[in-house]
Amino acid sequence: MTHNSYADSNIRWIYPLPAILFVALLMVFPVLYTTYISLTNWTLTSGAAPSFVGLANYGQVLVEPRFLQALWRTMVFTISAVAVEAVLGVAAALLLNRVFVGRNLVKLLLLLPLVATPVAVGIVFNLFYDPTIGLANYVLESLGLPASSWISDARTVLFSLVIVDVWQWTPMITLIVLAGLAALSDEPAEAARIDGASEWQIIRLITIPMVMPVIVTAVILRLIDALKTFDIIFAMTGGGPGYASETLNLIGYKYSFEYFRMGQAAVILVVLFLIVLACSVAITRLSKRTAA
Amino acid sequence: MKKVGFKILFYGAVVLLAAIVLMPFLWMLISSLKTQVDIVAWPPKFVFSPTTQNYYKVFAEQDFIRYFFNSTIVAVFAVGVSLLLGLPAAYSIARFSQRRLALTILLARLMPGISFLMPWYIIFSRLGLMDTYVALVLSHVLIALPIVVWIMSSYFETIPMELEESAMVDGASRNYIFLRIILPLSGPGIITATTLAFIFSWNNFLFSQVLSMEKTRTLPIAVFNFLSYADIDWGGVMAASVAIMAPALVLTMIFQRYVVSGLTMGAVKG
Repeated sequence: MTHNSYADSNIRWIYPLPAILFVALLMVFPVLYTTYISLTNWTLTSGAAPSFVGLANYGQVLVEPRFLQALWRTMVFTISAVAVEAVLGVAAALLLNRVFVGRNLVKLLLLLPLVATPVAVGIVFNLFYDPTIGLANYVLESLGLPASSWISDARTVLFSLVIVDVWQWTPMITLIVLAGLAALSDEPAEAARIDGASEWQIIRLITIPMVMPVIVTAVILRLIDALKTFDIIFAMTGGGPGYASETLNLIGYKYSFEYFRMGQAAVILVVLFLIVLACSVAITRLSKRTAA
Repeated sequence: MKKVGFKILFYGAVVLLAAIVLMPFLWMLISSLKTQVDIVAWPPKFVFSPTTQNYYKVFAEQDFIRYFFNSTIVAVFAVGVSLLLGLPAAYSIARFSQRRLALTILLARLMPGISFLMPWYIIFSRLGLMDTYVALVLSHVLIALPIVVWIMSSYFETIPMELEESAMVDGASRNYIFLRIILPLSGPGIITATTLAFIFSWNNFLFSQVLSMEKTRTLPIAVFNFLSYADIDWGGVMAASVAIMAPALVLTMIFQRYVVSGLTMGAVKG
């Protein structure tokens, strides 16, 4: 073994250096470049050299109804999906947090949606939702309910997409909360039981408050991912019918790679980026507080 | 009596939960074994004579095997490069508590992929790298690297310092310690990171949709393209969906414990 004292005393930046360079080149630089593009009138279709236009794109895009509707829709989609996932996910975790036959199998099943290819998931749900041959309407009719148009109707499309996100990502919250519950001490609950507390009181007043930091972290992680939902929406509706399911991510994609209006697209990407960044800052603040 | 009632209620709830989770997978599998006539039948058929013609059709088509190969190449190289870059970085983060560095790399996991994608598209076009494995692998490293760094830095923190200190007293260099002492002890962490990084690269749609064309097209794009025909061949697209999901599902079943710990670790640790 050769002893290189230079390497040894500088290991703290030599080891991470390749990763840092990579991230700087493929993440930091592109984000700065996108910000620069948002200040130009660049389009790939015209062939003209881009010129600096200051904040003109922002003035244009940020008041455009199509953008504002996409922004609103992104909020509605994200908040309703994550709210449902949080409630169902925590409920499922509390349900499964006991010893029972088949527990491991159920935990394995919960993993499967998380690793399933989102595009393929979207396509399977397309078949579910198909108005003439889909299982979804068959179930509604068997229950004596009227059939729905699901993703082909502007009024129900967003709700139908939320169902897909809920199906795929609720297990994420369940598994995280289950891991959090496993790390809790039994003692407070035992003490309360001896004092005559009911099971429901124990869950509501002891277990949930104790596992709250884990729930909050899981919810923020989901919020960040739900904001960025692209694959299932793109595969299932492409933002349609009309613009009825167009979120920021979808509209950013269309402006970039369908209309090639790079300057305007960059504005949308910067806005999306800032929203996600704000959520990320929230998560690091929060994790610092729970660690302290 | 009350206990029995609770048990019935409890197992009823568990079965319902399992059924909801499994339903889309089962319906995908069932539909992939149906003829087009059976698929479009109303009411939906639950009893039918199964056929393998959809699978035969999908795999007999030369291109589908190539997309499978492309997905594999891209994921394997992206994970390999991520391990090469990520393992030393994660070790340094764990040993020297480089929290800010860890968060910067984690940002790549949190940020919307599309905000890097437009500049990549422009730059890769200029460099003549569109529709090449190089461009795809580079983009997928940005998916895999944060996973490797995040999982491995937590893992390295669990390896006791004393081990390294005694080796250092014996005159071992940092490289020797990392390569010969730490890495051989890190098997479970590396399995977790590799499995998850592979799955997330395998499932990625957006990067390949923009950066790949005919030559390097990956599976998710190929499956998506089934939808563009006016008359959707549901049997074919379901067989293709089964084929694309199978590797990730099988990996998850084999490495269940690792996948769970990888997916939940950051949140529980705080």
